Amino acid sequence: MGGQPERRTQTPLAIRVEGCARTFPDGVRALDRVDLDIRAGETLALLGPSGCGKTTLLRLIAGLDHPDPGGRILFDGEDVTALPIERRRVGMVFQSYALFPNMSVAANVAYGLKIQGMAPDMRRARVTEMLEMMRIAPLADRAIDQLSGGQRQRVALARAIAPRPRLLLLDEPLTALDAKLRDALRVEIDQLLRALGTTALYVTHDQAEAMALGDRVVVMTHGRIAQIGTPYEIYHRPAGRFVADFVGLMNRIRGTLSGDGVRCPGGIVPLAAAGPSHRPAGARRPGDGAPVEIQFRPEDAVVAAPGQGHVRGTVTASFFLGDRVRILVEGVGTTPLTVETGGRIDPLTDATLAAGAPIELRIQSAPLAPEGEA
Amino acid sequence: MTFFTAFWLLPMARLALFAADGREGWAAYLTVVTHPRYFESLVATVLLSAAVTAATLVTGGLSGVFLSRHRFPGRRTLIGLLTLPLAFPGVVVGFLVILLAGRQGLIGALSQSLGGSRIVFAYSMGGLFLGYLYFSIPRVLLTVMAAAEKLDPALEEAARSLGAPPLRILLDILIPGLMPALIGAGALCFATSMGAFGTAFTLATRISVLPMAIYTEFTLFADMAIAAAMSLVLGLLTWAVLALARSATGAGVAAAA
Amino acid sequence: MTRSVFRFWLPLGFTLLVSAFLILPVLLSVLAGVTLNWQRGPAGGLTFRWVAEVWGLYADTVLRTLLLAGATAIADLLLGLPLAYVLARHPSRKARLMEELIMLPVAVPGLATALALIILYGGWQSLRGGSVFILIGHVLFTLPFMVRSVLAVLAALDIRTLEEGAASLGAGPWRRLLTVVLPNARPGILAGALMVVTLSVGEFNMTWMLHTPLTKTLPVGLADAYASMRLEIASAYTVVFLLMIVPLLVLMQKAAAAASGGR
Repeated sequence: MGGQPERRTQTPLAIRVEGCARTFPDGVRALDRVDLDIRAGETLALLGPSGCGKTTLLRLIAGLDHPDPGGRILFDGEDVTALPIERRRVGMVFQSYALFPNMSVAANVAYGLKIQGMAPDMRRARVTEMLEMMRIAPLADRAIDQLSGGQRQRVALARAIAPRPRLLLLDEPLTALDAKLRDALRVEIDQLLRALGTTALYVTHDQAEAMALGDRVVVMTHGRIAQIGTPYEIYHRPAGRFVADFVGLMNRIRGTLSGDGVRCPGGIVPLAAAGPSHRPAGARRPGDGAPVEIQFRPEDAVVAAPGQGHVRGTVTASFFLGDRVRILVEGVGTTPLTVETGGRIDPLTDATLAAGAPIELRIQSAPLAPEGEA
Repeated sequence: MTFFTAFWLLPMARLALFAADGREGWAAYLTVVTHPRYFESLVATVLLSAAVTAATLVTGGLSGVFLSRHRFPGRRTLIGLLTLPLAFPGVVVGFLVILLAGRQGLIGALSQSLGGSRIVFAYSMGGLFLGYLYFSIPRVLLTVMAAAEKLDPALEEAARSLGAPPLRILLDILIPGLMPALIGAGALCFATSMGAFGTAFTLATRISVLPMAIYTEFTLFADMAIAAAMSLVLGLLTWAVLALARSATGAGVAAAA
Repeated sequence: MTRSVFRFWLPLGFTLLVSAFLILPVLLSVLAGVTLNWQRGPAGGLTFRWVAEVWGLYADTVLRTLLLAGATAIADLLLGLPLAYVLARHPSRKARLMEELIMLPVAVPGLATALALIILYGGWQSLRGGSVFILIGHVLFTLPFMVRSVLAVLAALDIRTLEEGAASLGAGPWRRLLTVVLPNARPGILAGALMVVTLSVGEFNMTWMLHTPLTKTLPVGLADAYASMRLEIASAYTVVFLLMIVPLLVLMQKAAAAASGGR
């Protein structure tokens, strides 16, 4: 963020999680056996709803918690499973920030350096460098309870980075902030992580955050990993119903295979639209009349002029969202569809988008899956 | 924990056994609840404590809700005055009651100067009632104030927006909202009144409330077994009331003691 | 803003009446303590003779009370701090149960506790005859207040996460205790200590049973004075007691407000 970029003094760390499960004393299994590789220097986003085990996984890697017997955590091949967090040389940003209320901003940032035994003048220089990088230098002598949420966030980041950790762990760092601030800080954190080049693990339940920050995204549910992939893969080639629905909105139309298209109550969606790459690898093409399901994202359908669309339906409602218009459509499949379209349309005055109006859609990209799967 | 076991759990266990070692054995416990003299003092103590609890909840509750709902100059001072007696031991409270209602007390002097006879009730149930009320009000007041501050004022406003008159708000919003605090404070008030020895010591020269009865057994008759049995019954009673209140509210009731 | 009679003035009057009930006797006692002869009333002349007399008679009692209160506070710190810390760090059903257990001496009347102590340890003369016996009683009675006060502050701070923060920066257990836990628990410790001292100075129920003629404390002396001396001296004694307890109470409430508020 601002200032000069951080010098790379650490060769990035590669992390391996081997067969790590975690069962709490009350019998709740927070994490099923998980295997995961974090590549040196990458930012890995752990994404999932609350209770999916993402924070547990983070705490295992941090050393704040220990896996059930059999699980191992390796840092660059070295087994650190038994090491407590204070001996793992990681930096961590907590959801509640965990800033020490008995110390000033500068003292908070200096805390880790002091423990490393850094000489006082070097320490001061490093603290100043950190505060300037985070653009909070004027706050150095403030007490923690005099800071706003965004300022606390910056102090927490500065404190975690100051001792040059081998790995940066961020546990929902933006959750406590309001939407505008969250967006601004997300951009800054992204720049910071790129500049540092440190391996980073970023836990969040916000898919936009995970997509924007992660080189790769790990989607988790019920203590398991549902999918690992780049943000693009996660969004456009979701590995299952859960991922498809958790990351963005997914429309589904059930129908039967019929020649080169899929027949559904609203018409026929041509199979060419589905594109060959979207067929599940190795799956045989089912024969005519087989029940199948088409999936597509709201932005993959466009409103077509009368007679030009693949399918016909009825508008049930439409909402002006500023940068786009969201239209709910009924009658194409058995469940309502959500379609988004850009452009300067005012659904309040445009009769074609009024509730009850007929509408035709062209579906541009439609992953195909046998019914009941994906 | 060692300290606690050595100096509380063990002595208490010994106390329980000791009571049974007396002339009457385990029957000592039976005697305590059946013998008219002891039974009367038990009943008197329970009735007195219940009356004090009711009176304290009403006074403390009203003042507490009022003080938490309004801001006015002098409010802090008023709260300070109201909580001042918090640290007074029972003996001092007893003495203060003597000053109010004793032979040379204020109430007596007033009633005499108004042409009536000297009203003296410090050494009767009335005096004890006044004394217990005196040291219970601050505690209840603080508990109610804390609870009322936490009660969302929007609830009251919502009721008013729906047209509820003050009495309905009191019955439908305030009392249910404060119920856990009221139960907790009430139980505490009851328990302290049951065990209040200091006030009884200065005032109850003629009436036998349980703590005084224990003390008299212990010193005058030296019937240690009966004294031990009675204090155990007393201890169990107060503990049971507090435990009951706690399970009813699900919160730490004794916290404000 | 207009204040309605029903919502404001009526309850205000009631509250004032209640506070009058609480304060009037205190004022009476102060007045009686400096009045030459209460029978004739304050108009008969004021004097500090009674207060001086009480001070002459009971100065050593006052000192003993303060020492005892100090010792109680120290013992509570030694026993209560580790306990509160453990309870805050490992909240479990067992911890809850322990918290309940140490609350028992507060729930059960002091009279019963005192009797139990006497029966088990009363035969042990060196213990029975000394102030330590009273100290034990006071610690039993006050310990839960210390534990709760510290525990409340630690819980409000989320001390667990703060410690994790310190650990993530490389701090070991001792360092975390000294630089993070103790400094942040200070308001709770202070409030707890003041509360303990106030309670100890005012404790009567147990002390009356546990004391010997040589180990009287202030409230015990008060009870003596009420039973055997003239009203003026009893009042003067009360004044001495009030002079000690009221500043303590005010300090305690300030400390408690600082410990719970400001965050």
